[in-house]
Amino acid sequence: MTVASTWTGRMLLASTALVLAMGTASAETLRWARVGDALTLDPHSQNEGPTSTMLHHIYETLVDRALDGGLTPRLATDWYIDPEDPTVWVFELREGVTFHDGSAFTADDVVFSLERVRAEASDFKALHASVVSAEAADDFTVRVQMEGPTPLYPQNLTNFFIMDRDWAVANEVELPQDYAAGEETFAVRNTNGTGPYTLVSRDPEVLTELAVNESHWDAAPEVTEIIYTPISEAATRIAALLSGEVDFVQDVPVQDIARLEQTDGITVTTGAENRTIFFAYDMGSEDLISASVDGNPFADPLVREAMHLSLDRDAIQQVVMRGQSVPGAQNVAPFVNGWDAALDAYGPPDIPRAQALMAEAGYGDGFSVDLNCPNDRYLNDEAICQAFVGMLAQIGIDANLVSQSRSLHFPLIQNRETDFYLLGWGVPPFDSQYVFDFLVHSEVEARGGWNGSRYSNPAVDEMIQSLATETDLDLRDQTIADIWQQVQDDRVFLMVHNQLLAYATREGANIEVHPENQPRMTTMTFD
Amino acid sequence: MLAYILRRLVQAAAVMLAVALVSFMLFRFVGDPLVNMVGQETSLEDIAELRDRLGLNDPIFVQFADFVWRALQGDFGISYRLQLPVSELILSRLPATLELALISGALAFVFGVGFGVYTALNRRGWVSNTIMTVSLIGVSLPTFLIGVLLIWVFAVELQWLPSFGRGDVVDLGWWSTGLLSTSGRASLILPAITLGLYQMTLIMRLVRAQMLEVLRADFIKFAKARGLTNRAINFGHALKNTLVPVITITGLQLGSIIAFAIITETVFQWPGVGALFINSVQTVDVPVMAAYLVLIALVFVVINLIVDLLYYVVDPRLRVDRAAAAS
Repeated sequence: MTVASTWTGRMLLASTALVLAMGTASAETLRWARVGDALTLDPHSQNEGPTSTMLHHIYETLVDRALDGGLTPRLATDWYIDPEDPTVWVFELREGVTFHDGSAFTADDVVFSLERVRAEASDFKALHASVVSAEAADDFTVRVQMEGPTPLYPQNLTNFFIMDRDWAVANEVELPQDYAAGEETFAVRNTNGTGPYTLVSRDPEVLTELAVNESHWDAAPEVTEIIYTPISEAATRIAALLSGEVDFVQDVPVQDIARLEQTDGITVTTGAENRTIFFAYDMGSEDLISASVDGNPFADPLVREAMHLSLDRDAIQQVVMRGQSVPGAQNVAPFVNGWDAALDAYGPPDIPRAQALMAEAGYGDGFSVDLNCPNDRYLNDEAICQAFVGMLAQIGIDANLVSQSRSLHFPLIQNRETDFYLLGWGVPPFDSQYVFDFLVHSEVEARGGWNGSRYSNPAVDEMIQSLATETDLDLRDQTIADIWQQVQDDRVFLMVHNQLLAYATREGANIEVHPENQPRMTTMTFD
Repeated sequence: MLAYILRRLVQAAAVMLAVALVSFMLFRFVGDPLVNMVGQETSLEDIAELRDRLGLNDPIFVQFADFVWRALQGDFGISYRLQLPVSELILSRLPATLELALISGALAFVFGVGFGVYTALNRRGWVSNTIMTVSLIGVSLPTFLIGVLLIWVFAVELQWLPSFGRGDVVDLGWWSTGLLSTSGRASLILPAITLGLYQMTLIMRLVRAQMLEVLRADFIKFAKARGLTNRAINFGHALKNTLVPVITITGLQLGSIIAFAIITETVFQWPGVGALFINSVQTVDVPVMAAYLVLIALVFVVINLIVDLLYYVVDPRLRVDRAAAAS
């Protein structure tokens, strides 16, 4: 009797201790550092990486992007095109979700958010341009009326955050912040989302604290508190990790990766980013702005072919990127719909043949031209350009490197003031149509805004337009393949590589690289 | 005296207007603010429309006049990047910068004068030689490198001091201070040394050179002949006579410390106005850049005024001259 009760007592004690131990193990504070801060907490104001990354912890979207690039349910449990009307998308919503202030999430909030994200001051309105209207069919069903069949619309929703209508009305933030209006609105520093974390405090560019949302609908994450500090200087960021002042550094400089991998107590995780780095040239104009010769050498397919033969992608990968890139020939990342291993394959450089092609094209003596390059936007952007300048010199092209800040570089492309430039391109909808719309289609209305190549092919334009409304996905994929074949044959882009991302954590903390560089602390696990 | 100050204030206003005008003319070479304000999907028409609404298509002088007119009413606009009112943004960052600048300025002055006097009086000792040699490092290494070195030694290897940030800050309503918390004081040490090292070396070398000069002067010989103690000669007479140029330099350097704390603030992720400015330049945040440059002009003007007034206190000859000229 006595023995039995003592034994039970011990068991009770032991199990209590175990529960306590588990309790402390699951309460983890994560100190997270990256190069920049979220610009605002208004969910529809800034279509910018770090801003969306932060907002994904506080607000939620209808659908989410999985690590393999596919879509997964979030606030929407199911979505489909109305079988009776191909121009209507139906979203079935998750029940029992509440906002941080306790009010219930309903279809009306989605309708409101869709109005807000399409407002004049929204930076996301272009992603919803084909929406005509939205209505709540019942409390948990939303019907979105599109201009025409829009098979890929849900792909545009991975950064579309849902706000509470009542909260927005009560705080007079029915519209996103307007720069020109010149005043701060309540939503810039205050939030009310449905997300896994709530905002505890925020000092812009200094410190943002988040705490786990106990009443969140999904499984509880291991990270219960997030302390987010931007550290802009790379050396300081890495020092803070090495000294144990932060647990997770999101932006690891390429040159530090190898050393960090050797360091005890630090884990480095690398993975592909959804971003290609490529050169493009004006192949459509009569004359170039900066060339030493009359006419446009880039209009000659022989010259473009020679340039392709001069690019040594492996050398750039090994020397400039220190192994941290995935070279390829097709200007789209492998997890994007439309990528083709055959098109992405590339051969070694062939300088004698390239020289022969230049001579055949009538440029045996070469020519000079400006190469515009950003120096603060992509990983080692300026060094990539420098490397290519040396390669082009071998075939007689004297490229004069003009590298400058992104604020000066990008307007050159948009205003068509550059002959030859480096650009990086991410594909948020994970579909080739996005590449074609902005980079390949002639500049007509909403399309072709970044087509600095001035490539214009009516047959290709027609195929691109058909992608937007084609609901037969097999037929659509075939069209995408046809367009890519034409684009590769015409050498529209001189693709260099896909960027890799590197995350560094203290040992024992694990997180996978997110293809859009929007890691979720809910996926962070601890050993 | 009052007339003098008033005249200086009018000059100050002119200087600040000139600074604002020059900076406005420079802004268009920094780049296009719209690049950082809109996503890549935004159509060219929408960009043009936003540019128009922000008034960026107006001639430079119209933009400038608009800026001055609104600044006079205390309205510096809203940051393109952080979407917060510029005046509030700068005021919230100013305490961090001023605290850092004043602490490192005070350190530089105290140690600079102390070492300067010591090395002037003991020219041959090994301590003097060590101080002189180490101080060479202070002037020859760039601030950036000193900061990184200090972080490496004291934060990463020894783990004594934090590598970034300001630690826990106590909010006093109109001022936020890191001096009242242990982590705040610890965070201040490395940036203050980094920022003050160059100034300290400068002051030390200046004091030493002046001191050596003055010690050779006739009045020091007479003082010795009078039988005054070394202490009275060195500190009462020699040091006092070296201080006029030292105060000028220290004053101007304090302005530079505040204005050019940019590098130190960036290296240590110090949340001051310098780091704010650097981030604003990178994204062409015109309203913040304009307000910051005007503020820095104001700092220089005010410090110069104070330095001029300090001359009166230190150098009696100036008082006599002025009084004679005025009467």
